Amino acid sequence: MAGHRTWVFENRPVIVGTATVVGPEEGNGPLANDFDIIHGDKMLGQKSWEKAEHMLLEEAVKLALENAGITKEQVNYYVGGDLLNQITSSSLTARTLSVPYIGVFGACSTSMESLALAAFLVNAGGAKHVLSATSSHNSTAEKQFRYPTEYGSQKPPTAQYTVTGAGAAVVASSGNGPVITSATIGRVVDMGITDPFNMGAAMAPAAVDTIQAHLRDLNRQPSDYDMIVTGDLATVGYQIALELFRKHNVPIEDTHYDDCGLMVYDLKKQPVQAGGSGCACSATVTYGHLLKRMARGELNRLLVVATGALLSPLTYQQGESIPCIAHAVCIENGGTGA
Amino acid sequence: MANKNTRKITPTQKEYQDLAKRIEPKRPVFKNCLRAFLVGGSICLFGQVLQEMFMHYFHFDQSKAGNPTVACLIFISVVLTSFGVYDKFAQWAGAGSAVPVTGFANSMASAAIEYRSEGLVLGTGSNMFKLAGSVIVFGTFSAFVVGLIYLIFGIDAG
Repeated sequence: MAGHRTWVFENRPVIVGTATVVGPEEGNGPLANDFDIIHGDKMLGQKSWEKAEHMLLEEAVKLALENAGITKEQVNYYVGGDLLNQITSSSLTARTLSVPYIGVFGACSTSMESLALAAFLVNAGGAKHVLSATSSHNSTAEKQFRYPTEYGSQKPPTAQYTVTGAGAAVVASSGNGPVITSATIGRVVDMGITDPFNMGAAMAPAAVDTIQAHLRDLNRQPSDYDMIVTGDLATVGYQIALELFRKHNVPIEDTHYDDCGLMVYDLKKQPVQAGGSGCACSATVTYGHLLKRMARGELNRLLVVATGALLSPLTYQQGESIPCIAHAVCIENGGTGA
Repeated sequence: MANKNTRKITPTQKEYQDLAKRIEPKRPVFKNCLRAFLVGGSICLFGQVLQEMFMHYFHFDQSKAGNPTVACLIFISVVLTSFGVYDKFAQWAGAGSAVPVTGFANSMASAAIEYRSEGLVLGTGSNMFKLAGSVIVFGTFSAFVVGLIYLIFGIDAG
């Protein structure tokens, strides 16, 4: 524990294995080579979108365990969540795995929320292997939060495209891989944005709040990181975040600051409006692309700040503004853990 | 409490919202209007061509020719929706594809397809009018009000 809300993991939990599974649109994106499995069919041959998302998550989980070189019996806890009502994709995956399961919901911030919790459990000696996984599917998100997928409504340029995919990571007390050194838990920030087609603007203040808290708690500067990435602020939120950093005198230009929602798609060519969003956005970009860059030695200390908009279709129809949150996890290259 | 009119916005929230508004891209209203005009107009023109065809080749009179015309447009819209084309076309066309009868057909067909996975009765049946329902409710209600006005003022609707 450091400062107000940052955990420092002195036992250095290790990410011993990860896996990413994505859909066709992501497979057409610039990061295609970094994903483990790319599905050409958004349905994955299933009977419903929800079943397809469940399959994505199961595949990612299975592959992550394989990559970590462990069997599911060795998993002490599975921490995960997704965007669907009652986080069903995760619960159904937990049914298949039949390991102790902690379901969490942080909307699109679930990826880092579950990774932070996994690291905490392992660091505290509460587990040897913890699986952290999350998923999202463009069509299930559209169906639940917006309109039927085939409905012809025109999306504004601020709208974002939910990533179809799943990302899983196995956190262990020892082994080879990048280590999780700290995590900052976000608080809910609501700046009164009510437009669900403008999530980037709603979430940007939460991301900035968590990043500032993280730096303050650890007495660090942005330049102490090789890269800071936010989860899914996309074009609009990213620009706003830059503006907020300037206003709050955070020298963000000293590091490389990017956003997973901007990295996962080619915004000029793909029909994704402002960029990507969803639990899988930060999960697949981090576990697929960024950790591979760390393994190549291009990055040594990375801060991933997954952002989440904690709204439901009901709350915004009732005129409630969008409460947002962001959780930060610091990942470093560090050989073998303790 | 959460009502738009009564919710209090703190000065910080106001300041932020002004900042956000400055940065976020505006909807291209003029471009959208132009496209809506062109696409909506073209769909109506196509409808008119169909109607003339029914009158010319199948000898419908002008009032009756409307029915097969609308049926054709609905059919085309539903087919395009089923093939997953209509939503992409609508992103480009905007209101141009939403306002004509084809948009109404799309709203019903898309909901019917989407909720098929929850079964015929609880899925398709009860969700088919999810989007179209309010059009029917308020359409019927306004027709009732207009009818009432006609009746009270003795206007001959014929």
